[in-house]
Amino acid sequence: MQAVSRLRGFVPGTVRQMAGNRSSDRLLPWLLVPVFVISILPMARLAIEGVFIGGVPSTDYIRDVLGNSTTWRATTNSLYTAGLGTIISLLIGGAFAFLVALTDIRAKAVLVFCFMIPMMIPPQITALAWVQLTGPSSALLNAIGMAPAMGSPQPLYSAEGIALLLGIQHASIVFLTLRANLRLLPREQIEAARLAGARGGRLWWQIILPLTSPGLIAGTAMAFVTALGNFGIPAMLGIPANYSTLPTLIYQKLAGFGPSVLGEVSVLAMLIGAIAICGVALHHRLLGKRDYRLMGMVGRPLDIRLGARRSLVEIVLWAVLIAILVVPLMGLIATALVPAFGVKLSLSNYSFDAFYEVLFVQPSTIRAFHNSFMLSVGAAVTLVAICLPLAYVIVRRPTRLTHLVNLMVEVPYALPGVVLAIACILLFIRIPVINISLYGTLGIIFVAYLARFLVIALRPVMNSFSQLDPALEEAAQACGAGVGRRLRDILLPLAAPSAAAGALLVFLTAFNELTVSALLWSSGNETLGVLIFNLDDSGDTVLASAVAVVVVIVVITLMTCFQLASRRLPKGVVPWQT
Amino acid sequence: MADINLSRITKSFGDYRAVNQVSLDIADGEFVALLGPSGCGKTTLLRLLAGFEEPDGGVISLGGQAVADPANRVMVNPEARNLGIVFQSYALWPHMSVARNVGYPLEVRGLGRAERDARIAKALATVALEPYADRNPTELSGGQRQRVALARCLVMEPRAVLLDEPLANLDVHLRETMQQAFLDFHRRTGATMIYVTHDQAEAMAMADRIAVMDRGRIRQMAAPETLYREPADHMVAGFVGAGAVLPIDDVAIHDAGRCSVRLGDAAIQARICQKVASNSDMRNGRDLGLCLRPEDIWVDDAGTLRGSVEDCVYLGGRFRLMVRLDGDQILPVYATKRARIGEAVGLVISDGWVFDRTEDEAA
Repeated sequence: MQAVSRLRGFVPGTVRQMAGNRSSDRLLPWLLVPVFVISILPMARLAIEGVFIGGVPSTDYIRDVLGNSTTWRATTNSLYTAGLGTIISLLIGGAFAFLVALTDIRAKAVLVFCFMIPMMIPPQITALAWVQLTGPSSALLNAIGMAPAMGSPQPLYSAEGIALLLGIQHASIVFLTLRANLRLLPREQIEAARLAGARGGRLWWQIILPLTSPGLIAGTAMAFVTALGNFGIPAMLGIPANYSTLPTLIYQKLAGFGPSVLGEVSVLAMLIGAIAICGVALHHRLLGKRDYRLMGMVGRPLDIRLGARRSLVEIVLWAVLIAILVVPLMGLIATALVPAFGVKLSLSNYSFDAFYEVLFVQPSTIRAFHNSFMLSVGAAVTLVAICLPLAYVIVRRPTRLTHLVNLMVEVPYALPGVVLAIACILLFIRIPVINISLYGTLGIIFVAYLARFLVIALRPVMNSFSQLDPALEEAAQACGAGVGRRLRDILLPLAAPSAAAGALLVFLTAFNELTVSALLWSSGNETLGVLIFNLDDSGDTVLASAVAVVVVIVVITLMTCFQLASRRLPKGVVPWQT
Repeated sequence: MADINLSRITKSFGDYRAVNQVSLDIADGEFVALLGPSGCGKTTLLRLLAGFEEPDGGVISLGGQAVADPANRVMVNPEARNLGIVFQSYALWPHMSVARNVGYPLEVRGLGRAERDARIAKALATVALEPYADRNPTELSGGQRQRVALARCLVMEPRAVLLDEPLANLDVHLRETMQQAFLDFHRRTGATMIYVTHDQAEAMAMADRIAVMDRGRIRQMAAPETLYREPADHMVAGFVGAGAVLPIDDVAIHDAGRCSVRLGDAAIQARICQKVASNSDMRNGRDLGLCLRPEDIWVDDAGTLRGSVEDCVYLGGRFRLMVRLDGDQILPVYATKRARIGEAVGLVISDGWVFDRTEDEAA
C-alpha cells in the first residue's frame, strides 16, 4: 500500500517541485567550472602577459613579435613541417587502417599492436633513435659498416627530416580514428556498391572514402594539431640545423632570458594557439556538413579478398613497420650497449654497464619511474571523472558556451608543453586567495597534465555519448530518473568502455611525457621524460638511451598486458583492439 | 472528464513549424492513434506530451494540471510526468537484464526488493515473458524486446502509455501478433494509450479514435469508421483507406444528408457532408469532391458509367481493378473475376461521400 501511494505521489506535483527539477538541470553548466580552472585559466593568465606591460594594456609585445621576420619564418616552418608530416601520417595511417579493417590480410592483431607502439614512445626518444640510426656516428650502421662518412651532414637535420618523423610519430592517431570509423561501416553499403558494378578504384574513391571521410577529417585534424605542438622532434632535428618552428622558437626565447621573454612567449603561444584553433574549427565545420550516419548491421567484418596480391601487401606493411619501429629501436638499443658514445659496437665490446648504472646506481631512475607512474595514473583517473559529466553536457546540452569549451580544451594539448608549463607556473606559483604555491611540487605537474590530456580523455567519451541512441536516456527519464540518476545508471555504464580507453591513452601518453615537466620538475620530483632529457643534455647519450630503452620495454610490457587481458575486458576498453 | 488536454500547442524548430496550433482532448482509458505521413509532426506531438520537447505556445495538462504552459513558465520534466513511453528502437538498456530493465522505474522510486520483484514478475507475466527475466535484452527477438519495453511502462502504472511507431521495426506476422498484444494489454489494464503510426491499418485496427495529422495540424479526429466513411477533407480521404476522390460540379441535395451527383453519364446517390449541404455557396463551384471506396463499386455491364481496365491485381479472394473512366480519372474497384487489361467495363456505384475538396490552408 505504501508503495502504491509512493507511485501515486509521483504524478505531476506542485510548481515548487517543477522549479526544483529545472534548477537541477541548470546546475549542469557548473560542470564546466573545473575545465575553466584547469585548461582555460592558465592560458588566460599567460595571455595577460602578452597584452599588459607593468599592469598597463599594451600592444607592444604583439607589435614586436608580429613585426619580427623570425616569427613568420618559424610560423611558415611550423605550417610546412606539420602539414607535410600530417600528409605522411595520413598516407601511412590511412593505408594501414583501410588494409587492416577492410581486407583479408593475416596477423591483424599483431600488426595493429606494433603499429600503436610509435605513438607510445616519446618523440624525443624517437628523434634520438633516428638520429643515432642514420648519422655518421650511428652505432648500428658503424657495426655493419654502412655509416656515412664522418663529417657528412645528418640527413634528418632538415625540414623534411622533421616532417618525416612527425608523420611517423602521429600515423597511429590517423589510424585509430579512421579505424573506429571503419568499424562502423556496414558491409551492406559496400556490397550494394559492388552489385551496382563499382569495383577497384571506383569502389574506393566513390564509396569507401566518402563514407569514411568523417574519420579521415577527424584524424587529419588531430594529427595536424599534435604535429603543430610537437617540440621534441623539431628540437632534436631543427636546432642543430638552425631551423626553427614556433615551439622551438619559444624554447630558444626562454633560454635567452630577457626582461620581455614572458610577453613575447605569450604572444607566440597565442599565435600557435590561434593556428591550432583554426585547424580544429575547420575540422568541426567540415564534419558538421556531413551526417553520414551509417545504417545497417554493424560489426560484421568486411574482408575484401586481395587474392594473389595479399602476400605482397603483407610484405609491404611489415617492411614499413620494420622501418618505422624496429630499426630505430635497434639503433637506440645499439647506442645503449656501446661502452662509450661514438665507439663502434661489435660483438666483443658490447656492455650492459649503462643499464646497470641507471637502474641500480642512480636512485633518480627508480624515483622517476615512481613519479611518472603516480602522475599518469592520477591524471587518468581524475580526467575520466571530469570527462564523463563534461562530455554529457557538451553532447546533450549544447549551448554556445559548451561549443567554446569544446574548442578551448584543444588548446592546452595543441600548445607546446613548455608554453603550458610557463602558464602553469605563472598561475600556480602562488594561488590567489589560499596563498599556497604548487611550484616545486608534483602537484603543479599533475595540474598541467590534467590540462594537457583532458582532450585525450574527453574525445572517446564524447564519441560514445553521441553514438548512443537518445531514446535510451529518454526511456529512463520517462521512468522517473533525474539527471544524476540517468548519468549513473544508464549513461555511465554504457560509456564505461570508451572512458576506460580514454584513461588508458592518458596513462600511456602521460607516462612518457617529456616537455611539460621539463620546466616544472624540481629535485626529487623528476619524471622519466626529464631524466632522459637531462642525461642527453649533459652528454650522457648512452645513459639516456639506456633509460629510453627501459621506458620502451615498460610501455610495450604494459601494452602487452592490456592486450592479453583484452578478452576479459568489456569490448572497447583497449583502444587499439577490434 | 478528459484526462489529457492539449490546447493550441505550437512547436517550431528554427523556421519549421513541426506542430501548429494543435488542440486535442483524450479521455481516461481511451486508445488514440496519431496517424499521418512522415514529417507530419506526430512524433513531435508525442514528445511534447512526454516532456522531451517544450512547446513554444499552448497548454498541455494531465488530469487537469498544467504540465507545460510556456506563458506561465510551467514545464514539468518528463521524469515527473508519470507517462510511460515505448520507442520504435525499444530503448532497452543493454547492460541490464530483462528483469532489471522492467524494474528500473520501481528502483528509481525507491521500492523495496520484495515489492519490486513481485511487480516485475506480474508485469512480465502480462507480456508472457516470465522465463526471460534473467536474460540479456540483446538475446531477445524484436517482438520480445518490444514486449519488455511495454512491461517496463506497465510496471510503473503510468497515467498513459505513449507508443512511438512501436511496430515499425517488426515483420508483418509479428506486427499482427503485437497489435493483438497491445489490444489485450489495453483491455486488461484500461490504460490510456496514445499510439503514433504512419500505418493506417494499424491505427484502424487498434484505436478508439484516430487523429489524422498533416503538416503540423490535426486534419480530422474521429472514430476509424467515421474517418473512413466521412473524411473531412481531401488529405484525409486520400490518406485513409483505398479509394479515389473525383472532382464533381453538379450536386442535387436531398433530405437527411443525401444527394445525387452526376459523374459522366451516371447519376450517383451519395451522402453529403453537413457543412456543404447547408452552405449553398460551397456547392456552386468546382471545389466539391466525391470520395468513392472500392467496396461501393461493382463491375456490371448494365452500368452507365463506362471505363477501361488499366490494371488487375489478385488480392486473394478478390481482384482489384484499376478502371480508367472517360474523364481520365482512375477508380479502384473490387471484382470477383479477372479482367483483361484494356477491357471495357460498366460500373455501378452504390454509395459515395461528398465533401469540400479545398484544403483549408488558413485553419
